[in-house]
Amino acid sequence: MQVINEIKLEFLSKSNNESFARVVAAAFVSQLDPTLEELADVKTAVSEAVTNAIIHGYENRAGYVKMLCRLFLDAVEITVEDEGKGIDDIELARQPLYTSKPDMERSGMGFTIMENFMDSISVESAVDKGTKITMYKKFKSLVHGDRA
Amino acid sequence: MDVTFSKRGTTLIAKIRGELDHHTAEYIRRKIDSEIMKSFTKNVIFDFSDISFMDSSGIGVIMGRYKNIRQLHGRVSLVNIKPQLRRIVDMSGILKYVSIHDNVNDAINTM
Repeated sequence: MQVINEIKLEFLSKSNNESFARVVAAAFVSQLDPTLEELADVKTAVSEAVTNAIIHGYENRAGYVKMLCRLFLDAVEITVEDEGKGIDDIELARQPLYTSKPDMERSGMGFTIMENFMDSISVESAVDKGTKITMYKKFKSLVHGDRA
Repeated sequence: MDVTFSKRGTTLIAKIRGELDHHTAEYIRRKIDSEIMKSFTKNVIFDFSDISFMDSSGIGVIMGRYKNIRQLHGRVSLVNIKPQLRRIVDMSGILKYVSIHDNVNDAINTM
């Protein structure tokens, strides 16, 4: 699969960068002209990944979140990476409704939304080193449609 | 992003405009909670007609209000939900606790 375009973005772990990051990702992906629904899926998944990095990775301390977006002819791969505290038990963290911060009114739906809105996600994490989430989505409107 | 309120009897209607994410959730939560305290409120209706984006932080806000309201045997309803938001709501399983209606009047009629 050939990468046709790529961006790297690095930003401080501030919550107002959550909307910045998802808008950047959506604007970049819109080069492929996916449907509005597909774009909204990407936006939501990026929002969940970046929010996780800020709340859980850095626990509201200052640090940098890195986002890498790679475009293919009919798909996107997005990596969101932090150098925060890492995830001790990835399987537990990915369980629907599990949250390590119930007092913050977190729903525990972040990973579930990423999994449902993207085609695949993988999580690499090391305690005290950080977490890297890689998400991939093929735009079915581009695969089956006659637009190109 | 802002919340505007109206009241029908003991039902508070909170209309959220703009984006509901982790960044705005705390503000929206505080505004709704202080409005609930102002005058006796039994039920809460979230009107999503002017919301442009919501992620799982919004589910947290809805569930948090539900937990407070249910102690007074009140109900929480969601109205004017767009398809993308509907998918998040369905996925989250909160429909076991809160109901969805087409509009504010329908929600009030069932309360």
